[in-house]
Amino acid sequence: MNKTADYVIIGGGVIGCSIAYNLAKKGAKNILLIEKKYLTSGATGRCGAGVRMQFGTETNCLLAKNSIEIFEHLGEELDYQDSIEFKQGGYLLLAYTEKMVEQFHKNLGVQHKLGIPSRWVTPEEAKEIVPHLNTQGLLGATFCGKDGHCNPFKTTDAYAKAAQRLGVEILTYTEVTRLLAREGKITGVETSRGVIETPTVILCAGSYSRDLAATIGIELPLTPERHQILVTEPVEMMQGPMVMSFYHGLYCQQVPHGSFVMGLGDPNEPQEYNQNGSWQFLHEMAAKATFILPPLAKLRVVRQWAGLYDLTPDRQQILGSMPDFEGVHLAAGFSGHGFMIAPMTGKLMAEHILGEETSLPISMFDFTRFARGELFVEPSVV
Amino acid sequence: MCEAKNKDLIMMCRCEDITLDEVRDYINQGITDLEQLKRLLRIGMGPCQGRTCTPLVVNELAKATGRPVKEIPLTVFRQPTTPVKLGVLAGGIDYE
Ligand SMILES: Cc1cc2nc3c(=O)[nH]c(=O)nc-3n(C[C@H](O)[C@H](O)[C@H](O)COP(=O)(O)OP(=O)(O)OC[C@H]3O[C@@H](n4cnc5c(N)ncnc54)[C@H](O)[C@@H]3O)c2cc1C
Repeated sequence: MNKTADYVIIGGGVIGCSIAYNLAKKGAKNILLIEKKYLTSGATGRCGAGVRMQFGTETNCLLAKNSIEIFEHLGEELDYQDSIEFKQGGYLLLAYTEKMVEQFHKNLGVQHKLGIPSRWVTPEEAKEIVPHLNTQGLLGATFCGKDGHCNPFKTTDAYAKAAQRLGVEILTYTEVTRLLAREGKITGVETSRGVIETPTVILCAGSYSRDLAATIGIELPLTPERHQILVTEPVEMMQGPMVMSFYHGLYCQQVPHGSFVMGLGDPNEPQEYNQNGSWQFLHEMAAKATFILPPLAKLRVVRQWAGLYDLTPDRQQILGSMPDFEGVHLAAGFSGHGFMIAPMTGKLMAEHILGEETSLPISMFDFTRFARGELFVEPSVV
Repeated sequence: MCEAKNKDLIMMCRCEDITLDEVRDYINQGITDLEQLKRLLRIGMGPCQGRTCTPLVVNELAKATGRPVKEIPLTVFRQPTTPVKLGVLAGGIDYE
């Protein structure tokens, strides 16, 4: 296979597919998306599928709020014949320490300035929102009813199909093995099925973006970190919101299908490419979930799995272009919250790649912030 | 046989209530990768983890693509192999 493309997007997760659609919608032609396995085989198909506006930094709040507004009409926008299973049952973020109470109030301040309808709730009010919540030790919580869930497989499928209708070509089971450059300019990519010549590469391969960037001598501060998760059998609807505790590193939501999806962050997790599930996780997850939400003890776990976060030093994504190379754009490092901001990220990246003014500022997400030491840590992540 | 009249009533996946018609519909749309069928239809994602439906879907895929059954890659089996209550995993004895 020897061919050419105007744009090569590397990675068939929700980010790559959203960028592909948005580029094509803006009229860009000859776009090729390359995925080493199948669409959603990376973090996207392994994620907790939660979407929320309740963040701690203004930029993430804005990305998330705009994305949720897009999710609200995404099925129609993409003319999807199936359902993306978007649900707005809210997110209840639990506070167990004075420090968290203080941080959450700060976050509410940021959120309210941007018109995000979040609010502080007492333990009693939290129990009205989630009647089976154990409020032992709980100091309060924040709640935003616009937050919720969306199905990552269907969302990615919807973007991919809409992109294909606009002429995007998607190559699955094809691995990019190397980026090709000459005199500071991208000239193409080498794949497991041959060379593809292109002046523009968009790297959205999760943590593997680091390995690909390294092939042209660029060092990206991305580290893979395993995160584990499980799903229960489906039951009658009993829990509206995602319940999330940064104290326990836990999140748990009942999805429209009826099953509960829950996961944990492990502060001792080594940073490596490991996607195997562990027995310890099942025990710890079960203990914590049944403490916070006792009736869940009756539910059967049907499946556990793991996926990789692509962490950056400040747990904020990298969006923009490589400074010393012509034709290399990057959207990676989502640090565990890339699904929910994919709609807006795709739109902003398409604008940026085409040299337009972006609808929201993205310069603070630039790769060069690490060299400048201008990190801005997102406080509200598991 | 009942196939001609009641095609839509032939169950492929008992856990997730997925019929032969639905599977064929996806295959006809060009989705001939078992990994994709699993994720878009939830086939094989129920409590039995595909013990019943996976061989049936693989047969359908073989028929539609003309590939021999043994050349169709299977999806990964995920732990636990049989459903276990969270209460039991948490160490409780009341839920066994
Ligand atoms: C357990 C877990 C829970 C999460 N929960 C949430 C949540 O509730 N909400 C939320 O918003 N986010 C969540 N996330 C984060 C979210 O999944 C990711 O941020 C998001 O999916 C990133 O999408 P992506 O397209 O950038 O990456 P990916 O989905 O990883 O896509 C990258 C793709 O690139 C492909 N690829 C890699 N190397 C190559 C190569 N050399 N050639 C070709 N293709 C290649 C991979 O196969 C992969 O499909 C969670 C993540 C995990 C692991």
